[in-house]
Amino acid sequence: MLNKGLFKKPKNELEAQHRIKRKTDPAIPSELCRSCPSCKQLSFTSDLENNFHVCPKCGHHFRINARQRLNMIIDQDTFVEQYHELSSTNRLEFPGYDEKLAQATLFSHENEGVIIGTGKIGSHKVALFVMEATFMMGSMGQVVGEKITLIFEYALKHRLPMIGYTVSGGARMQEGMLALMQMAKTSGAVKRHSDAGLLYLTVLTDPTTGGVTASFAMEGDIILAEPEALIAFAGPRVIEQTIRQRLPKGFQRAEFLLEKGFVDAIVPRSIQKETVKRLLTLHGIPKGGDQNGSI
Amino acid sequence: MEAYKRVALARKKTRPTGQDFIDNLFTDFIELHGDRCFGDDPAMITGLGMLMDMPVTVIAQERGKTTKSRVKRNFGSSHPEGYRKALRQMKLAEKFNRPIVCLIDTSGAFCGIGAEERGQGHAIANNLMEMMGLKVPILSIVIGEGGSGGALALGVADEVWMLENAIYSVISPEGCASILWKDASKTKEAANCLKLTAQNLLELQVVDKIISENHRDFKNVYRELKIGLYKCFQKNQALDHQQLTEYRYQRFRKYGAIETITE
Ligand SMILES: [Zn+2]
Repeated sequence: MLNKGLFKKPKNELEAQHRIKRKTDPAIPSELCRSCPSCKQLSFTSDLENNFHVCPKCGHHFRINARQRLNMIIDQDTFVEQYHELSSTNRLEFPGYDEKLAQATLFSHENEGVIIGTGKIGSHKVALFVMEATFMMGSMGQVVGEKITLIFEYALKHRLPMIGYTVSGGARMQEGMLALMQMAKTSGAVKRHSDAGLLYLTVLTDPTTGGVTASFAMEGDIILAEPEALIAFAGPRVIEQTIRQRLPKGFQRAEFLLEKGFVDAIVPRSIQKETVKRLLTLHGIPKGGDQNGSI
Repeated sequence: MEAYKRVALARKKTRPTGQDFIDNLFTDFIELHGDRCFGDDPAMITGLGMLMDMPVTVIAQERGKTTKSRVKRNFGSSHPEGYRKALRQMKLAEKFNRPIVCLIDTSGAFCGIGAEERGQGHAIANNLMEMMGLKVPILSIVIGEGGSGGALALGVADEVWMLENAIYSVISPEGCASILWKDASKTKEAANCLKLTAQNLLELQVVDKIISENHRDFKNVYRELKIGLYKCFQKNQALDHQQLTEYRYQRFRKYGAIETITE
């Protein structure tokens, strides 16, 4: 099902394409086409864009950035971003971290690894966070933890449901224990929001690992996942090194977690907005901008 | 002392383990097993004991002492059932209004097929969230190695204390060196950068108190802990539930709070 009205082109589309092109097989000369990392077949970039960045041949979900996700899930022109300006400092004076932050800002066109704000999904008012993989692999330092905590606190104050899209390599080691503490801090914010009877829905995307898996990613009332997303506490390489054996195919993929009972459903991008909308309706989340006047 | 020396001391095989602390801090200790779901995790000891005249719930990570017991204890690395067992005991502590002591000593939550299959991430996440809301006093003490999320899963407390030669880190210095610098020889440098010593963490307010090891005379350590725990629990038991959980929330809320990151 295609609904063109669902997305608006990201402002930084050109840059985004440029980045993607660099990462693709250099043997493919044209930015008109991209090869699918799963089935290796070529697709027109325009076809991919019109298909939620999902391979039309095999259904592989290409990695996309947070702004693209927002455009896919939020009703047009309803997103109001909060705390966009927050950026990290190198409080522990960790060697090389300043440079990494500067590179990540350039590379991602974002100030940090998560975007937070409010918006509407099928007219239902929600607060949400969307993590950004191109900013240091969505790793969680103090700013990421703080932004997620702030949006949970905002949602609690305004009695809004929370929607969270996760993608992360885990806690950001350059911030030492202050990064680890964000797992406790965000979990506290989730707990308070939950205790007030409010809905928290997570969508786990590829890859969600480490300290994010072991905190707010797994704390949703409802946990959805994108097809084939890697969802892990310890990454596959760490496990292979620890136990010195190869891991079975499909291990730690969304389908495996569904089978083991750790996610509620696997939802392809084409029906993601519809699914979230239905879940919001089923929880009696009000429509329109009248309530609380916060949007 | 350089950070890596502390790492070596924290991991030293002769260092007292969770069971030693239990034996020396509490009387009438009874171990209670199992997560009521999957199994019993020997890397995590849970039970009840008397802290002087005060019944308390005790949760302790245990590395083992001999080669045989270390294997049995999985070197102190818990599976999800260890964390679930701990939470089960904490919930019972809440029901019966007992304070909770957590003794942290692990290189990390176990990384393996079974651990992932049974939801290691979920088990830790659930502990963090539930501990935040527990209506009884909780005190966590890092007695040896505090390895990342697997340590934090027992570390959401009203106060967190650390022994002088204990370490507490977001990642092991070895892991940090190999991931960031692809160079295992930089482990010592990584240990320095990670700010994992008790003194570093006191300065960062990650821990509230350092327990001096008095040249590794643990008799004094146990004595100081016993009195300290008792006083802390007495003080926190006087708080009502809301004050207590608010205080705990704010304790963790302060790390990277917007006022500190926009300075
Ligand atoms: Zn494909």
